[in-house]
Amino acid sequence: MSDGRDEPLLSVSSITKRFGELTANDDIHFEIDRGEIHALLGENGAGKSTLVKILYGALQPDSGQIRWQGRPVSVSNPAIARRLGIGMVFQHFSLFDALTITENIALALPKRPRLQVLARDIARVSEEYGLPLNPMAQIHDLSVGQRQRVEIVRCLLQDPHLIIMDEPTSVLTPQEADDLFVTLRRLSAEGRSILYISHRLREVKELCSHVTILRHGKLISTCDPQKETSESLARLMVGSEIRDVRTSAATIAEKRVLLSVRGLSLSAGDQFDVTLRDISFDVCAGEVCAIAGIAGNGQSELFDALSGERTVENNRIYIDGNDAGAKGINERRKIGAAFVAEERLGHGTAPQETLSLNVLLTQARMNGNGIRGPFIDYGEAVEAKDRICTSFDVRKSSADPRAYELSGGNLQKFVVGREFNRAPKLLIVNQPTWGVDAGASAHIRQSLIDLARSGAAVVVISQDLDEIFEIADRVAVLSRGKLTPFTSSRETSRETLGLLLGGAREGEAASAA
Amino acid sequence: MRLELVKRGTEATFLVFASPFIAIAITVFVGAIFFAAIGVDPGRGVYVFFIEPISAWWSIEQLLAKATPLILIGAGLSLCFLSNNWNIGAEGQFIAGALAGSILPVVFYQFEGPLVLPLMLVMGFAGGAFYGLVPAALKTRFGASEILTSLMLVYIAQLFLDWMVRGPWRDPASFGFPKTRTFNDAAVVPTVGPFDIHAGLLVALVVSFILFVFLKRTLKGFEVRISGTAPRAATFAGVSNRNMVMFVFAISGGLAGLAGVIEVAGVAKKLQPVISPGYGFAAIIVAFLGRLNPLGVVFAALLLALTYLGGEAAQLELNITDKVTRVIQGVVLFAILACDTFILHRVRLIRRGK
Amino acid sequence: MELFEAFVLTVITAATPLLLAATGELVTERAGVLNLGVEGMMLVGAVSAFAVAVTTGSPILGILAAMVAGVSMAAIFAFFALFLVTNQVATGLALTLFGLGVSGMLGASFVGEPGVKLAAIHLPGLSELPLVGRILFGQDPLVYGSLIILLGVSFLLKRSHVGLVVRAVGDNHHSAHALGYNVLMIRVAAVLFGGLCAGLGGAYLSLVYTPQWTEGMTAGRGWIAVALVVFSSWIPGRLLIGAYLFGAVTLLQFHLQAVGVPVPSQFLSALPYAATVIVLVVISRNRRLLRTHTPAMLGSTFVPDK
Repeated sequence: MSDGRDEPLLSVSSITKRFGELTANDDIHFEIDRGEIHALLGENGAGKSTLVKILYGALQPDSGQIRWQGRPVSVSNPAIARRLGIGMVFQHFSLFDALTITENIALALPKRPRLQVLARDIARVSEEYGLPLNPMAQIHDLSVGQRQRVEIVRCLLQDPHLIIMDEPTSVLTPQEADDLFVTLRRLSAEGRSILYISHRLREVKELCSHVTILRHGKLISTCDPQKETSESLARLMVGSEIRDVRTSAATIAEKRVLLSVRGLSLSAGDQFDVTLRDISFDVCAGEVCAIAGIAGNGQSELFDALSGERTVENNRIYIDGNDAGAKGINERRKIGAAFVAEERLGHGTAPQETLSLNVLLTQARMNGNGIRGPFIDYGEAVEAKDRICTSFDVRKSSADPRAYELSGGNLQKFVVGREFNRAPKLLIVNQPTWGVDAGASAHIRQSLIDLARSGAAVVVISQDLDEIFEIADRVAVLSRGKLTPFTSSRETSRETLGLLLGGAREGEAASAA
Repeated sequence: MRLELVKRGTEATFLVFASPFIAIAITVFVGAIFFAAIGVDPGRGVYVFFIEPISAWWSIEQLLAKATPLILIGAGLSLCFLSNNWNIGAEGQFIAGALAGSILPVVFYQFEGPLVLPLMLVMGFAGGAFYGLVPAALKTRFGASEILTSLMLVYIAQLFLDWMVRGPWRDPASFGFPKTRTFNDAAVVPTVGPFDIHAGLLVALVVSFILFVFLKRTLKGFEVRISGTAPRAATFAGVSNRNMVMFVFAISGGLAGLAGVIEVAGVAKKLQPVISPGYGFAAIIVAFLGRLNPLGVVFAALLLALTYLGGEAAQLELNITDKVTRVIQGVVLFAILACDTFILHRVRLIRRGK
Repeated sequence: MELFEAFVLTVITAATPLLLAATGELVTERAGVLNLGVEGMMLVGAVSAFAVAVTTGSPILGILAAMVAGVSMAAIFAFFALFLVTNQVATGLALTLFGLGVSGMLGASFVGEPGVKLAAIHLPGLSELPLVGRILFGQDPLVYGSLIILLGVSFLLKRSHVGLVVRAVGDNHHSAHALGYNVLMIRVAAVLFGGLCAGLGGAYLSLVYTPQWTEGMTAGRGWIAVALVVFSSWIPGRLLIGAYLFGAVTLLQFHLQAVGVPVPSQFLSALPYAATVIVLVVISRNRRLLRTHTPAMLGSTFVPDK
């Protein structure tokens, strides 16, 4: 009897999926062989996640066919996918914070295992693949890297033929990513196939034997990444040449300190927060300073303290010479600071409100740009919105759409542009291009450099090392609430930063790298 | 086959305006079924409940009198609900306002003159605002759920009123009936204009117009709105959550208190153990049916006022209990909530096996 | 000693309806759904139990009717709040208002009628034991039922796969959906269970506590039950303590009046409500406790992407 040995493990043909007006997947087809690490490459919004959800049964295609080991199958829900032997490691982990590792894994298994037996299996498998875990730990006590391990172990316990990994390295340090690649190669050697979703060319070239490239929901090409250059892959992914960001060395004529942080400590508000410990640094007019760090190491807490959403005591934060520690966010804006929050929808903007009203959000109740004393001047707000949208090339479907109607990249350009419109002396940006397409990223990064060169101080908090090396003059690493001293980004390497991100101390990282 | 809810990309603009009317139509329809179920001819039931009460001039006056407190409370609650604060204790704030506003006519009844009534209104507002600030303070200070505390304070206010009119404030000349002395003429809300319109209604209309402008045109109104839909963004805009909670509770409690004093000084002209047929709760429905818009609230209040008159009419003419009012009010709220769902979602039919 | 026995017996009577309703709400909330319609479900349960028991003469049939009534009311909530994803707070309020009206209408003709009391179980020998006999072995079936349900819920939530799934849905409905669980149906089941328990709590009021029907006879007990769930920080064992504490507070008013404490009766009647506020304040002060125990999805709606 033919068990489909000669057939590809998975073959996808003519998959189409629409969401209202948007065609997220347009006639997609590709194949995955046994033991192959196959990359799915594309920008944010190219349709990768939709395609993967269809393969995993979380979404249903409008048309098209999936063949598994040669037989047509209908993957109508994730349980069926798991029964076929398809496992998935989610990008935004699908874990339950309040439950233990064992309970989390039990929920994903088809049979109802005894929890004690399962705990032993988890310990064994995690040991075997070099992914150490304590089965009794609760998820909310784990680091991001550990959470990913839980997802992988959960997947492995189902003994899958195909493992789908959605942007697995986006939250890992370079070293953690290397460890992950070792595990993935080993799985591939065991005959398991891996569908590896990414927008990072370097990883695809390093790891994968085939790459399927999506752009705007369409299949662009399936090719061998080893035979391509990074440039050619980038062109296929983006569809045009990306302008390089023009940098020039910061020229600091007179050293004017615009932000000075002195011994800033922040105790954890509750168990989900990270404690900040004794953070000190200066940022001068004219330079871009980056604070690198993996999510969950205190970035949000640092941003909240710098912006004044969470106030601290006096003598900790000076903005342009003013003691700002105890000042609220609007008082800090009034002395020339501006802030761009990480979460653009819901934090940086009110999703249900129009763009023009969202202009008012960061005006610190000061007259201008749509504010007249206690009243709103709608006409002026619309003018300000138009100014911002023109100078930052924000593309929108109607004249004054609500914030949630914009795509991620365009909304990010809007929230950055809104702060530029106020001509700030100091700009603090958390994850400036997170989940933004390449075109918008380049635009935003260039603007940040230009703003600094025009005499402002720019602080970028980012977990994207490529971005940091592209725009930062100096860089420091925030790890477990502690900040390393700043070093020139020209004099440091990815490896050194990577080790620091993982929590190594200054000296260790320097000697190891 | 089954039905499934699917998110729309954007709001269905038509439904934003149509949903209250659809909700009313659904209510009338469900009302008809309900009447049929309890053995009343549905046509006659609907007529007696929804139409007859507004077919005579004197009953329109009744309708406006009942709508007045509903407008005041509902407009205030709109602010609360917009900012995602669940004040469901307006009934208690209504009583607190009535009590505070009655201090002058009950305790200092010798005091007469044109100042009495304005002072009563101010004290009524202050009393309601103070009582509304209790759950607000417990929320901001201790994180206690305002839903539960504001509701518990309703029971406490009702019992306190009961004690006052049976104890310290009982009219010595009442022959043991639990009520206070009847208010002086100076302490009574007058009727004005050629149609003898209750002056309280004018106050209510002015208040709802002011709140409408406040929400549409002022920065603070914008901040109220984003505090509800995007609390994180509101903090980012420098809005203090603590102040916002206190503000909306003070306004909504104050307006409920104002409604309370206008009610006792305009209708009963004295305090009794029960002074409200549940206006504080009905006003929650008014706020939602008015789509949390102070002008919409005016129209919604008329409909809810009608349910009170309809209940009385049903009791008289159809010989069924006036509890039918509460049933219909519940149906109105269910219907408007369901209609709001379809502004952001549509229903899709799924055939089996797909 | 007789005084002690009497006190404990009345505490049990006052606590049982709270315990029943609160246990149901606890399960509902553990699945991530906030149903504030407990008061309405209890009322409809109470009137149904009373009407059926009086008409048929059988309190057992009355109890069954209350369960059906509670589940039906919960089904209305589930239809709106879960299927049509309406705001859960507002929907719960609507259910309570609706329940007030419906129970008032159903009960209009029963006001003032003598009721049928659910008899206590009598175990010859055991029930006559001194001191603890009546307390432990002389209760009515609903008291035992309330404890069995609580124990069952406690065990199932902690130890069973069903309980794990309920907790998972309440903790993160996106993840549960991504793993292929039917979030909607699991929540509907939890809400219906909540309705069943609230109906039983109502039946206890109209068949045991005061075997008659008066309008709005729950007098806020449904809301107190919701507050008790917060007090318990969603842990069944603590619910038991909370319900019995509240039973004692409710009784304090009668005992203080009996002893002749010179406080107006209205103030004593306000005790349970004031106590609820105080308890909420005390428990909410410990934000860390609430943050770790509150089901993360409590009150939020869920529509899967299609």
